Amino acid sequence: MEKFAFERPFIKRLSSGMPSKFGMKTKIEPITVIDDNLVKDLINKYGSPVFVLSEKTIRKTFQGAKRAFTTRYPKVQFAWSYKTNYLDAVCRVFHQEGVWAEVVSGFEYEKAVRNNVSGDHIIFNGPDKSKDDLKKAILNDSPIHIDHFDELYCIIDIAEESDKIPKVAIRVNMDTGIYPQWDRFGFNYENGEAWDALNRIMLSGKLDLIGLHTHIGTFILSSDAYRQAAAKLADLAVGLERKYGHVVKYIDLGGGFASKSNLKGAYLPGTDTAPSFDEYADAITSSLINSQIKPENLPTLILETGRALIDDAGYLLGTVLANKRLADGRRSTILDIGVNILFTSFWYDHSIIPAQPFSEHTEETAIYGPLCMNIDVLREAIDFPPLIKGDHVVINRVGAYNMTQWMQFITMRPNVIIIDGNNKPFIIRNKESVETIISQEKIPPHLQ
Amino acid sequence: MVQDLNIFIPAKFKRKDMKLKKNIAVSESGFIFDPSTGESFSMNNIGTEIVEYLKQDKSFEEIKKSMLEKYEVDSTSFEKYYYDFINSLQQLKLIVDE
Ligand SMILES: Cc1ncc(COP(=O)(O)O)c(C=O)c1O
Repeated sequence: MEKFAFERPFIKRLSSGMPSKFGMKTKIEPITVIDDNLVKDLINKYGSPVFVLSEKTIRKTFQGAKRAFTTRYPKVQFAWSYKTNYLDAVCRVFHQEGVWAEVVSGFEYEKAVRNNVSGDHIIFNGPDKSKDDLKKAILNDSPIHIDHFDELYCIIDIAEESDKIPKVAIRVNMDTGIYPQWDRFGFNYENGEAWDALNRIMLSGKLDLIGLHTHIGTFILSSDAYRQAAAKLADLAVGLERKYGHVVKYIDLGGGFASKSNLKGAYLPGTDTAPSFDEYADAITSSLINSQIKPENLPTLILETGRALIDDAGYLLGTVLANKRLADGRRSTILDIGVNILFTSFWYDHSIIPAQPFSEHTEETAIYGPLCMNIDVLREAIDFPPLIKGDHVVINRVGAYNMTQWMQFITMRPNVIIIDGNNKPFIIRNKESVETIISQEKIPPHLQ
Repeated sequence: MVQDLNIFIPAKFKRKDMKLKKNIAVSESGFIFDPSTGESFSMNNIGTEIVEYLKQDKSFEEIKKSMLEKYEVDSTSFEKYYYDFINSLQQLKLIVDE
């Protein structure tokens, strides 16, 4: 006789009338399949934990974002923010979709070159560009977004020694009505510093000012902040045309669109609070079109959207290691997924979803990772069905920042898989082994 | 495992079988009402089945045997989850030590 599936027995007290602190119950469904691949099979084949990316979801999300902007504005160009997820396979999906690269270090720049992005399509941002980095970028005609005056003078120096004319933009920071204001990057709009920088560039006669850039922050839930940012950059563009007769080719509004993940402490889930691409696009494009920029001078709109393009495409699959009662009687479940590989659990209350059917009974549960550290908490308290050792879970919306900010701590980093458009899985980053880690180490003779 | 070894264990070292409080009401759907406190509880299917056995004063060994026959679970895992469940019942004061 076929036996029935076993579920850990449990009981919970029913509180009368009062809604629980989890608010209204929303029914969660197990995630048993990702793009036609059984979660169970993926774990059997690639191990647990394992990151899984859906190429279909990446392309679909990108096309949705692109449509939101191109239906409202004539010239739109996206640039993939490498730091968000710089696995080569991921970058190449975006590059195939016609997306440029946006990099913030010599390392990321090198990755973009190796991914066959042509130099003039690699936007070089950030405060950390060495003189050698800058020389290479200038040689390749890459747009350099200047962060501070030291960098500006360094570029002028390089330009004086060569016959190449550097293509530059300045990064501008500004008040857009949101807190915190990211004022440590670029030149300030309100106090006139941005104009200072623009004047020096124009008067140097050595640089080609091709654009204006801002990145107002990340996970910006207000589309109005973008309306203000676009208006302020448009104002600078108009001023440049009036004062110098100079027309910039593009206005770059950076990244920062919210994804649908749940921010810690937020009252409503991210699916309810994140503005849609249409809302952001409407705010930005109407602000540019309604500005004083002459129609014939309308600049290309560049977007460096990161997390909103990739978060939904990433999944982290894992396994229950154990269940425990805490001293106060609360249930805790320990997973093989720790904060070392799920860095975003410091900002997000991730959904943790069973990968097999479960009963509708749930219990307040703390979800921990496997590290011997008190900080290794994925969720302090979630309404969770009773899973048993060996059961699988899926954490969704993990595509952004985890596969770059993860750390090799106590355990090693797992396999990363991409499932292609035909639902075929491929390893795109091998799991680390002890050899991977110790190959970087050296033992001095007296310790051998 | 201890209970599989045919050795003599003095009664006082044996794990006691637990008795459910006499007057509590259990419904088939896993709803429990404790009239002495006015509190109610809900359980999943396996929990309900175990409580039914406890109501019939079945011993742990008997319960384990029936569950292992019916469900996809090994003896060690069952024992672990069983005692954890009993623990919860004790915390919720639905069980009395005999
Ligand atoms: C300059 C720049 N552009 C783009 C991004 C991508 O931001 P997001 O992932 O919030 O869209 C970042 C991230 O911090 C950034 O610093």
